Amino acid sequence: MPTVGVKRDLLFTALGRTYTDEEFDELCFEYGLELDEITSEKEIISREQGGSKASGASDVILYKIDVPANRYDLLCLEGLVRGLQVFMNKMEAPRYRRVRPVSGEPQRLVITKETAAVRPHAVAAVLRNITFTQERYDSFIELQDKLHQNVCRKRSLVAIGTHDLDTISGPFTYTAKPPGEISFKPLNQTKEYTATQLMSLYKTDSHLKHFLHIIEDKPVYPVIYDSNGVVLSMPPIINGDHSKISLETKNVFIECTATDVTKAKIVLDMMVTMFSEYCAQPFTVEEAEVVYPDGKTCKYPELAYRKEKLSSEFINRKVGINESTETLARLLTKMCLRSEVTGAGDEIEVEIPPTRSDVIHACDIMEDAAMAFGFNNIPYTTPLTYTVAHQLPVNKLTELLRQELAAAGFTEALTFALCSKEDIADKLGKKISETRAVHIANPKTAEFQVARTTLLPGLLKTVAANRKMPLPLKLFEISDVVLKDETKDVGARNSRRFCAVYYNKSPGFEVIHGLLDRTMQLLEEKSARGDGYHIQAAE
Amino acid sequence: MTSCWSVQLISAELRSSKHWELSGEGTEIAEQGSHEARVFGSIPPQGLTQSDLMKLSFGKIGFSKAMSSKWIRVDKAHEGGPRVFRTVESIEDQVREKLLLVQRGNSSQLEEKEKNELKKRKLLSEVTVKSYWITKGSSFSTTITKQETELTPEMIASGSWKEKKFKPYNFQAMGVAPDCGHMHPLMKVRTQFRQIFLEMGFTEMPTNNFIESSFWNFDSLFQPQQHPARDQHDTFFLSDPALAHDFPQDYLERVKKVHSEGGYGSQGYKYAWKVEEAQKNILRTHTTAVSARMLYKLAQQEKFTPVKYFSIDRVFRNETLDATHLAEFHQIEGVVADRGLTLGDLMGILHAFFTKLGITKLRFKPAYNPYTEPSMEVFSYHEGLKKWVEVGNSGVFRPEMLLPMGLPEDVSVIAWGLSLERPTMIKYGINNIRELVGHKVNLQMVYDSPVCRLES
Repeated sequence: MPTVGVKRDLLFTALGRTYTDEEFDELCFEYGLELDEITSEKEIISREQGGSKASGASDVILYKIDVPANRYDLLCLEGLVRGLQVFMNKMEAPRYRRVRPVSGEPQRLVITKETAAVRPHAVAAVLRNITFTQERYDSFIELQDKLHQNVCRKRSLVAIGTHDLDTISGPFTYTAKPPGEISFKPLNQTKEYTATQLMSLYKTDSHLKHFLHIIEDKPVYPVIYDSNGVVLSMPPIINGDHSKISLETKNVFIECTATDVTKAKIVLDMMVTMFSEYCAQPFTVEEAEVVYPDGKTCKYPELAYRKEKLSSEFINRKVGINESTETLARLLTKMCLRSEVTGAGDEIEVEIPPTRSDVIHACDIMEDAAMAFGFNNIPYTTPLTYTVAHQLPVNKLTELLRQELAAAGFTEALTFALCSKEDIADKLGKKISETRAVHIANPKTAEFQVARTTLLPGLLKTVAANRKMPLPLKLFEISDVVLKDETKDVGARNSRRFCAVYYNKSPGFEVIHGLLDRTMQLLEEKSARGDGYHIQAAE
Repeated sequence: MTSCWSVQLISAELRSSKHWELSGEGTEIAEQGSHEARVFGSIPPQGLTQSDLMKLSFGKIGFSKAMSSKWIRVDKAHEGGPRVFRTVESIEDQVREKLLLVQRGNSSQLEEKEKNELKKRKLLSEVTVKSYWITKGSSFSTTITKQETELTPEMIASGSWKEKKFKPYNFQAMGVAPDCGHMHPLMKVRTQFRQIFLEMGFTEMPTNNFIESSFWNFDSLFQPQQHPARDQHDTFFLSDPALAHDFPQDYLERVKKVHSEGGYGSQGYKYAWKVEEAQKNILRTHTTAVSARMLYKLAQQEKFTPVKYFSIDRVFRNETLDATHLAEFHQIEGVVADRGLTLGDLMGILHAFFTKLGITKLRFKPAYNPYTEPSMEVFSYHEGLKKWVEVGNSGVFRPEMLLPMGLPEDVSVIAWGLSLERPTMIKYGINNIRELVGHKVNLQMVYDSPVCRLES
């Protein structure tokens, strides 16, 4: 679950009232959020790096709020406040509009065909006459970071670049060039570097080194230029220093480059809906035009409002409540899904704003209605489903045997299903290729190299870990091992095994033999060749 | 004495006293004088060579002490070698006098400091004497009758038990521990949960397959291929066998469509769905993959019948390990499929389930899962911690998951899950999961763990 850190007092100011921690926790619970932690910057540094490094850090109280992973509109203070205010009927959801520039042509971003090899998609928009304060600026940067970590899948799907429009001039070109041919002064550096040099420079940067692999081995790297050849950015790594945003910036050019165009549009919509609040004309976003290699053009941001119709009967039926159409329409509006009764029976027309890209089916709308109603207000009912229970035969048998084996004086162990190759091969005098074992591709340690093909290593390890216990140790386990099997759709199957170990100063083969005899007796198998069971020496 | 005491023939009072005693060396000094005094005494008026002095048994120790007491002096420049002379006419052998006092039993005349000094020089030691002061007991007699420890068959047969006295049982000690086997605490809890599901009419799913394809584990559940849970960091992928095959082809096409284009009333995720991703084999990350297979099978039936399924089995996550997380753990899952089930029904069944665990106060919080909508986290009130703690996750499966399978539109499927390890660790007071699961478990804990009664 993504976590958003907001300054408590800023939050309360924006909400128009203060809350006690308990009251706010309660509000979060109802809205589907979780107030995870109440801390301060000082506390965090103290905890992570030691008390001495924390002196001088801020004690301003921070609320760490857990947000559902699909709610990109709640990843910043602005979005949280808006959502909560609408939820509490303190305000109406704003209407986001894409507008033409007051004069002249919209900003243009021209995509060349070279980008297709590395990062084909791009979208763009302009925030006109915006006013930043330190807090708003911090929030602006923080949201980009959060989006990068979440929906952008660590910049691999989408990367956001924000630029001071007054320092650059369009039309802008999004192209891709061999790394040696790209040269610019990146953010917070004092001199120019080529892209190749930047790859080495950032190998030791704790933040940026994680993104290098996205383009490192490609023959060409993405790069955005303005009409004077100034580099805006080299996505997804770093922006140029020239166009960096400051507190004085009044006009922002936002570009998102991507390998997934749907996500790029969602991300752009998020950035502009959240921060257009601070434009001279709040909640308006100036359009930008993207020109594709084939000449087609498209205006962004989409800021699409989608309408969906559903019946109040559908909502009532799925949730298990009985509310009127008007009430349900009101409840949905509280969740930023502006709804109206159409008058055609119990039909409600719901308008899904660009901030709610998580709503893709009527069931998402239904859930929001239930949330606004209050989950804990829903009366609970018992389903009348009549069924007769049935046990899985192998599990039933396992349960019966486990009890008998304990009665026979053996103790149950529970060992890991994953182990090292040596555990099932070398240590048992076998070759790994003969074991029909299933191999794991990405084990973090040798302990997870294969799935066990026998229960014996696990039991022996349990004995080894407990060898100081009073003797004898008598252990058993009835559990699954994994074997390759080409007849199965996944190429492997489980096999239920029973294994027992006796550990004492004398080996006690007769004890294990006796346990086997007892088990067979319980399973009504006679000790007889042919018509029963027998044991014989192995090869 | 102890046995007499135990039958009250005598009563004994423990007394202890301390006194000071001379050590061997101390006794020698008391008799012959301290080393330094003897050094003094052995020096004639004309003095003695230092080398000769050192040859005497008391020479070495006595010399330095006599020097520091300023009884003697050394003329280093004397011809014939360094020579020792007396500096005073006579001396008082204080050490010897002190020791004599102690020997005579008058150690109280010496100060504590002086005694400790001598103790440091190993001339004195403090000795504790323990003694028992014995008086007649309540059952005093001059004869001892032996007490029998046990009734024997012979005594019964002969009737001699009538004249015997029997030793009382010692109820302070523990009895003899029976030699028995034991069941593992996690499995004991599993048995109880299994019992609860069976009591509620749930049928056990065939979950005995740890290997699953990404298709059944993720795609059929409407979890997109770009979802972080499908990362290398969270899921174990297989190198051998690497890929699954034999998917129901037309179902696979419907799954592909709902992911990439939408349909069934959904916008879909609008990304390029790849069959290569779906074919990748993994160690299952949840038993919901098996639920998906079961629901697909149910959908292939001629006529729909309502079902209740459950499973309690192992799942695998490639996450960071810590005190409460391992790479493998057990998931408990319950599923109900019927026509017209509501969110209120899900809450009802959760109440019934948790009541059997002794939990009656529940609260539900809106949550998010890729494959359920609505989703709810289930919280119960912990009397001890005085706060609400999460006890499970639940939801209604999305239409994008159910409709491509072919289930009728009015069929709702509700489900919930929790881990087996967490309630076990709470029940048995275990803080580190490695003490519960795996080979490093302490068998003594297994031997000593009580029966599992979940409702208390």
